Amino acid sequence: MDILPILSTLRRHKITALLLVLEIALTCAIVCNAVFLISQRLDRMKMQSGVAEHELVEVQAFGIGKPGDAKAHTQEDLLALRQIPGVKSVALVNEVPFTNSSWNSGIKLDPKQTQATLNATMYYGENALETFGTQLIAGRLFNSDEFVDFDAIQRDEAVRRKVTGVIITRGLGEKLWPGQDPLGKPIYLADQPVRVIGVVAGLIRPSLFNGDATAQWSMVFPFRVDTGNASRFVLRTAPADRDRVLAAAAAELRRTDPHRVILDKKTFDDIRADFFQDDRAMAGLLLGVCIALLVVTALGIVGLGSFWVAQRRRTIGVRRALGATRGSILRYFQTENFLLATIGIALGMVLAYGINLFLMLHYELPRLPAYYFPVGAIALWLIGQMAVLGPAMRAAAVPPVVATRSV
Amino acid sequence: MFGYYLDLALRSLKRNKALTVLMVLAIAVGIGASMTTLTVMHLLSGDPMPGRSATLFYPQVDPTDSPSADSQPRDMMDYRSAVDLWSAQRADRQALIASTELKMRAPGVNLPPQMARVLSTTSDFFPMFAVPLRYGTAWTPADDAQRTRVAVISSDLNNRLFGGADSVGRTLRLKDTDVRIVGVLAPWRPSPQFYDVAGGRFSEGKTSSFYSRPEDVFLPFGTAQDIAGNEFNVFTCWGDLEGLKHLQTAPCVWVALWVQLDDAAKVAGYRRFVADYAAQQKVLGRFVHGDNTRMMDLMQWLDFNHVVPGDVRLQVVLAFAFLLICLCNTVGLLLAKFLRRSGEIGVRRALGASRGAVFAQCLVEAGMIGLLGGLGGWLLTLLGLWLVRRQPVEYADLVHLDGGMFLATFVLAVLASLLAGFVPALRASRVAPGLQLKTL
Repeated sequence: MDILPILSTLRRHKITALLLVLEIALTCAIVCNAVFLISQRLDRMKMQSGVAEHELVEVQAFGIGKPGDAKAHTQEDLLALRQIPGVKSVALVNEVPFTNSSWNSGIKLDPKQTQATLNATMYYGENALETFGTQLIAGRLFNSDEFVDFDAIQRDEAVRRKVTGVIITRGLGEKLWPGQDPLGKPIYLADQPVRVIGVVAGLIRPSLFNGDATAQWSMVFPFRVDTGNASRFVLRTAPADRDRVLAAAAAELRRTDPHRVILDKKTFDDIRADFFQDDRAMAGLLLGVCIALLVVTALGIVGLGSFWVAQRRRTIGVRRALGATRGSILRYFQTENFLLATIGIALGMVLAYGINLFLMLHYELPRLPAYYFPVGAIALWLIGQMAVLGPAMRAAAVPPVVATRSV
Repeated sequence: MFGYYLDLALRSLKRNKALTVLMVLAIAVGIGASMTTLTVMHLLSGDPMPGRSATLFYPQVDPTDSPSADSQPRDMMDYRSAVDLWSAQRADRQALIASTELKMRAPGVNLPPQMARVLSTTSDFFPMFAVPLRYGTAWTPADDAQRTRVAVISSDLNNRLFGGADSVGRTLRLKDTDVRIVGVLAPWRPSPQFYDVAGGRFSEGKTSSFYSRPEDVFLPFGTAQDIAGNEFNVFTCWGDLEGLKHLQTAPCVWVALWVQLDDAAKVAGYRRFVADYAAQQKVLGRFVHGDNTRMMDLMQWLDFNHVVPGDVRLQVVLAFAFLLICLCNTVGLLLAKFLRRSGEIGVRRALGASRGAVFAQCLVEAGMIGLLGGLGGWLLTLLGLWLVRRQPVEYADLVHLDGGMFLATFVLAVLASLLAGFVPALRASRVAPGLQLKTL
């Protein structure tokens, strides 16, 4: 197919051709970036928590009758929950992944620092790591004799000084001591060092208020909490038993203390789904925008294509009369669309890159991966070809006899 | 003449239905998307206290021992500083604010205990923020001083507990204390819930929680201290855990102060007062950073906290890019449409129609398409807003199309279509009469 005659024809339709090019360019730029945003959201939704999510349920219960006997009540609660058939492990903890409510602290590597090195979250609770199903990759978990009552720490300086060990995540270790073995290294929350005795593969913080990069900055302390200072019961069970265990756990907790408020009871899958609901909604919206954009662009190509065919009926007739086959007329329109789409795509790539730069500046988004460009180009070429096919076929169907009629 | 053009436009629109529908749809979809996002943006970025926001200020001091990473004071105050500034009564009105959740029961109401969101504040809160009351009254400054066991409850809570009846005089049990209801709010839904806004710059655009509903229970500041003890929502602490035993003396910030200052002289005076206070505290050895004070007005404070969620901003940009593409499309289609009628236009020109007349007629037709597109866009906007309302976001219940935005829908649609029709109409008006006549 000869391209030069097509170009010279297009020169006579500058504005319409330009519009088509612009439309394709804008669509290309926006769709590339929107798809990238969607993939970012989907990636975020896959964020690893480090806990055995499909086996966990949580009941958040609040308010025990009289203060003072919270410790005894807690043991009673835990015993009752452990007795529910199918429950493998139970813990009362101060915070739970993906619940947006967290206890955090700045930590220092040197007690003389004026600014904390970073801010990490603190998990407390006897049996917490075992129940969460967190994977230990170095060192050890706490021995049961290492746990101290959280209340006692707040009351008594001497008890606080006894706490010397902490378990951290691999991610936190890498951040604090890049390339080194964190085991045995000290961190400071106040003036007293606590040493890393164990490293877990991952344990996400409950709230990502400092950004997703800090998601794995978690520490676990050997503090025993009671219902006076913590409210989240976590139970581990087989995935199939979750709903039954959840209902039974809430019933047990209500039985052991009828005045209790059950704030929430959820499986971990639901907790995760709730945490990422904004991301899911935004991904859905962006997907809708992408589809709508592609449809509008395709319709635009169909509309202009039809117009051009109608305008050139006579020319087509003449060409047919002079011996052009149907196939060559079809190819003419397809090549024309391909040329316009190519210019549009080239322009669109530049624009896509610009929009990405803007988003990188204002939304701290990563750079658009290079493979988006060829994929986007191929997608738009295909859409262009499909959209122009209808008008082109109509053009090919123009009989040669048209040439003889109205001239 | 306009009537004639309108008639011509209608005829022309009817002649090629597919093309017309395509254009109207393109504009409708573009307008629907942009007006949906624009309406949400408009509702979220508005002034929550119109007419008064310029007189409301948020003083800040820096009680910390080390400066924050961005050297701004923390977003709230420690108890001591907030109470000191409040007690000085140097502003026209002043309200302390701290929030908590407390277990709540209503004796005589057959409902299980629930957690109530409690705002601990002072009596000026109600007149200062023009909070409407349905029943009873707010508490008085005397109640603030005497820590009376009284409460004002929200209209929502009153509906939940008492079926919307006048519940003044009834009792609520909060944690272990009975409080007497003295006032019930009329429905009140500031957008955003501005008096609780803090820390927005750390939330990376995820600020939809700033648009939640006001608290259920409002308690005098001192009363709430007595009832809740240490259980207040803390913005942040520094130093070691030791100090946390008493929030009132702890190295923590968790109290906000709002002041109303009615003229510029008072604003300058209050700024000086806050600076002097901080400097004096530094001399006393309680502050390290005596010069790190700020006082923004309400809108500046909202702006500083980037209250409009990042996702909403992104959606607006996307929607307008979408509208632009739809317009490109419409320009192309209009061009096609007008130029296809070159013959007809040639005849009109030959019979004496001026270029201006042809141009006007084409624009009328474009405007007509815009009006139809606006109608479709309006329906799509209603659909879009309905979808937003079904989203699990805090501002879902705020979302509606007000009169201004309804009008804006049509104005935007017609303007957009006139813009789209400009070049095609210009081209059509340049059709040479003779050339077209020849080919007929």
